[in-house]
Amino acid sequence: MELDFEVVDLDESAHPEEGTQAPDFIRPLVNDEYWEDVALSELTADGPVLLVFYTMDGDFPATYIWNELRDRAWDDDYDVTIVGLSISSPYEHKTFIEEREMDYRLFSDPQNGVAEEYGIVNDLDGMAGISEPRPAAFLIDEERRVQYAWAAQKWPDFPDYDEIEDELAGLR
Amino acid sequence: MSETTPSTDPSITLYRLQACPFCERVVRKLHEYDLDYRSRFVEAMHSERDIVKRISGKRTVPAIVDENTGVTMSESANIVDYLDNTYGAEA
Repeated sequence: MELDFEVVDLDESAHPEEGTQAPDFIRPLVNDEYWEDVALSELTADGPVLLVFYTMDGDFPATYIWNELRDRAWDDDYDVTIVGLSISSPYEHKTFIEEREMDYRLFSDPQNGVAEEYGIVNDLDGMAGISEPRPAAFLIDEERRVQYAWAAQKWPDFPDYDEIEDELAGLR
Repeated sequence: MSETTPSTDPSITLYRLQACPFCERVVRKLHEYDLDYRSRFVEAMHSERDIVKRISGKRTVPAIVDENTGVTMSESANIVDYLDNTYGAEA
């Protein structure tokens, strides 16, 4: 998107760097049929995980990100489990998964504690009492080490999908 | 003004879409001039933006209503110019 002005900057984030341990957490993980509490470490035990933090369900950044991830379908070609996380409720996640016609599961974290653990809290101007994760993506291996880390430095900002794809290719 | 004090009605209302770069540009300018404003968030779908159409005649965001001056305006570049001219150092 070409704009004739500077996009708003976010404050610096202090997210887990590549090579460090990704914080574990347990949150409801929602699919198109049900949700249940799942630990990140349960997912990584089965192989690498791409954990994508995104803005609450329903607005345009969430739609852009998940349409792109759905269309790239990386899990068809690479050994990776793709999951999302936003502050939206499990009910909203179910609706969102249906609307986007996607197979990926989404963690629900309305109180934003996981973003706090990951150092990527984005306090929302004009919505008192609500904070959410800034957009971010972490590729996490079987030992829960961060292999790739990206967090938005602007608002809005989107992952570099090609860069992530290169990282996935490097996992093989 | 502390965050726990109930705000009196701000005279500026901003209609915005979450994370819309054009809207954030206006927010940055409102902060620059330390202006009190109320945010009203609308949805991305243009068909869901009847409220914006009712106040401004268009469905685009950002749009602001400034009761200090009676101005209602769309388009972020126009709004930024307006805020500079109304509340900036040269105003």
